[in-house]
Amino acid sequence: MIPTPVLLRRGAPPRQRILAAVFVAVASGAAAGAAARAADVDPVVLEAERSRVDAIRRASAAAVSIFAGEAGGGSGVLLTPDGYAATNFHVVQPAGPALTCGLSDGRLHDAVLVGIDPTGDLALVKLLGRDDFPCAELADSDLVDVGDFCFAAGNPFLLATDLRPSISAGIVSGVHRYQFPAGTILEYTDCLQVDAAINPGNSGGGLFDAQGRLIGVNGRASFEKRGRVNVGAGYAISSNQVRNFLGCLRAGRICDHATLGATVSTSAEGRVVVSDILESSDAWRRGLRYDDEIVALAGRPVRSVNAFKNVLGTLPAGWQVPLVSRRGGRRFEMLVRLAAIHAPAELAAIVAGGAEEEKPRQGGEAAKPELPEAVRGLHEPRSGFANHHFNVVERDRVAAAIAAARGSLPSGPWVFAGRLATGDEFRIELSDTSASIDLPTGTSTLAVDDALDRSPVPPGSGGMLAALVLWRQLVTAGPAAVGRTIFWGTAPRDPAKLGDAAIVEFVDVLESAASGVEARFAVDGGRVVAIDLWTSPDAEPCEIRLVWNDAGEAGSQAMPARLEVSRGGQEFGTFVIEPAAPQGVSP
Amino acid sequence: MIRSLVVTALVAVAGLVAVAADEVAPPQVTAAAAARKVVKIHGAGGVRGLESYQSGMIVSPDGRIVTAMSTVLDSDEIDCVLDDGRRFRGTLVGVDPRREIALLTIDATDLPAFMLEPAGRVATGTRIMALSNLFAVAAGDERVSVQRGVVAAIVPLAARRGAAEAPYTGDVYVLDSTTNNPGSPGGAVVDSHGRLVGMLGKELRTTAGGIWLNYALPVDEIALGCEAIMSGTAAEPAAAGPLESLDLRLVGIVLVPDLIDRTPPFVESIVPDSPAARAGLRADDLVVAVGGVSVASRAAVQKAAGGIAPGDPLRLSVIRDGTVIDCDVGPRPRGRGTP
Repeated sequence: MIPTPVLLRRGAPPRQRILAAVFVAVASGAAAGAAARAADVDPVVLEAERSRVDAIRRASAAAVSIFAGEAGGGSGVLLTPDGYAATNFHVVQPAGPALTCGLSDGRLHDAVLVGIDPTGDLALVKLLGRDDFPCAELADSDLVDVGDFCFAAGNPFLLATDLRPSISAGIVSGVHRYQFPAGTILEYTDCLQVDAAINPGNSGGGLFDAQGRLIGVNGRASFEKRGRVNVGAGYAISSNQVRNFLGCLRAGRICDHATLGATVSTSAEGRVVVSDILESSDAWRRGLRYDDEIVALAGRPVRSVNAFKNVLGTLPAGWQVPLVSRRGGRRFEMLVRLAAIHAPAELAAIVAGGAEEEKPRQGGEAAKPELPEAVRGLHEPRSGFANHHFNVVERDRVAAAIAAARGSLPSGPWVFAGRLATGDEFRIELSDTSASIDLPTGTSTLAVDDALDRSPVPPGSGGMLAALVLWRQLVTAGPAAVGRTIFWGTAPRDPAKLGDAAIVEFVDVLESAASGVEARFAVDGGRVVAIDLWTSPDAEPCEIRLVWNDAGEAGSQAMPARLEVSRGGQEFGTFVIEPAAPQGVSP
Repeated sequence: MIRSLVVTALVAVAGLVAVAADEVAPPQVTAAAAARKVVKIHGAGGVRGLESYQSGMIVSPDGRIVTAMSTVLDSDEIDCVLDDGRRFRGTLVGVDPRREIALLTIDATDLPAFMLEPAGRVATGTRIMALSNLFAVAAGDERVSVQRGVVAAIVPLAARRGAAEAPYTGDVYVLDSTTNNPGSPGGAVVDSHGRLVGMLGKELRTTAGGIWLNYALPVDEIALGCEAIMSGTAAEPAAAGPLESLDLRLVGIVLVPDLIDRTPPFVESIVPDSPAARAGLRADDLVVAVGGVSVASRAAVQKAAGGIAPGDPLRLSVIRDGTVIDCDVGPRPRGRGTP
């Protein structure tokens, strides 16, 4: 009988009846009084006040007031100078792809929907008209502590008719809160709980720390018999969860959340143990079994079922994350791929449920005619996407980076040779029409045609040659030339180190369906650093990590220094490439 | 004694000049330390309008817990979950019905505990933190919620729950933040040093305006209440008496005369242009429920209506031509009418 918190999209007016309960202070004007009192007040206090006013001023500049006419409205927060702003899915869902957004300087901007995460209640929009928008700095929300000062900047009750955000201050009341889905699929995991007033209309707005850095996106509150006004318990999606989903949102996708393919429960001794597990899950293939204890996930300790759900809820489907388990005193560490919670059609139905969503069109280039002039050409509906236009934008960005980093790589066949870690020699040749690899165990060849999945060679690799062929195509001809390639989003550069490093490094991820296989390329600074290739959806992928020498070693940039190939957690081989080799074009 | 006087003097002097360099720990540290002394309590309830959870404060290292006296404790299985996630079965020692506090014990030792010391320093404007398991958002070893605020007023309590007056009428600390929510009763209010100032009380509304109240019972009263419970002298509150009836003529409903022992509550007539008329009630309707409570007699109708707080919706269910019809007569008026 625990009341379920409710979402905070402000419906259309009337609003008068609830105004009385708002405790807000508008950011500006606080400084004016300070000068007059300065003579009487301790400098420490004045400094604290000044720093708070500064923080609120900076946060206010990044705050977005969203107005969606009869569909209500809410708040948002700018994340990048070119206008990408976070808000809630439940704010944009009824509004459609075109929005009007106001900033604290009193200006209105057209904005277009970019990507959505219906499960995590996140959405990304892009404000138009500037490339120097003020934006918020993302803080590490895992460092937020109970008792920290915080404030919300937003548009409660759609009061910001002058476009200046309302500020409500408070403290962090709880961290890593788990909130059950509220009637819908919207699940608030690992969220921050605050006593700063969070009211209808604050949805999608920023929650900031004392330095004015973004620690969360407000979206929910506990309401009960007192009506839909703040009762001292508001909830914000953590900035780290926003960070994790940002790449997938920029891809224009309808993002999904992750499942391990296993459920957990608390054992009699209070341990978190696997109570059910799908044999088709990656976790099962990595060796996770019934009754195994879950010790850590994605680098964070798991001490309760809620903690498990919290960690999982912050991760996009498709990421590979470290999992630590224990069985009979033995500790196991593995990297597991997270599957999607929903089937794509399921998500699409949920998205269509709340608003009149245009049907995906073949070719999908025509925007709805009633879209405002400014947004036309920036919105392209397509199945699986909130706005496919931005997928092309991101794919083109990665393509440009790949082209810039290509350097002296030949456009003809690539030949490189070297020694395996075992000391044996190898030789690989890749061309437009064929590929071959010489190994001590024999030679494998692959015809580059429409059926790269026919023979996953060399045997045991799961398709290493096919992966290298697609890599070459990607680098020489660009992503658009490799079958159907989309910008998938971003993922940690080194998943195994999640939780170790304070700052997670992200890489761009491209996803290709080509010639009967599916592949994912991790691209860092224009260089492919990882390839995963599936010859069938249920098969263990071939995993290639491309290790590049640090910049500065002359002549070492054209080819990676080393290929580490593995499959199903088993090493297939480590290929150390001799630097001179790739320069010789023909055998 | 001398030392404390010196400290007091120093504080007074410093206070005149400015805010002195304070020995107060950061709020994060104070909150964490205080949270270890607050427990999540789970018991009876879970039905409509009655939560099955609340909060409690550890007041002795050997497991005494003070909480709000409520229906949550009407259970043989009162679960007390500590900050570290340990779960203990609570035993009800006794209650102080006037202050509406209850004392529990759990079988544990070496617990971090609040001191039931007089809170003489508390005044209007004192900064406080409130710690409770509001809305039961914290489970297991998750920390209870922490809110901040100030003591806005120290005034005698004049409040009610439903139509019943709160039995305690002594001073309470009225707080400026929304601290008293479902799950909050029994939670701790501490000052910026982490010292116990009071206990969050049950959800109440002011008698005067019907406004939800955010308040705490002062620690001195808690100490007195505990003593009374331990010595067996906790007094029953002055008998509240049976609920007063509401004469439904106030909203335009004239029931058939109450002639026999259990007169069926038929509507004799409806006053034109009255709230009842606007709600669609008619003569010869048979009233079967008031505010969701089924009623079988004329007297029961008036009594059930009297149990609805002034300003809350007065909803009647009637049978007409074999069909049950729900009518919302609008807010229950103040006053009782002439019985």
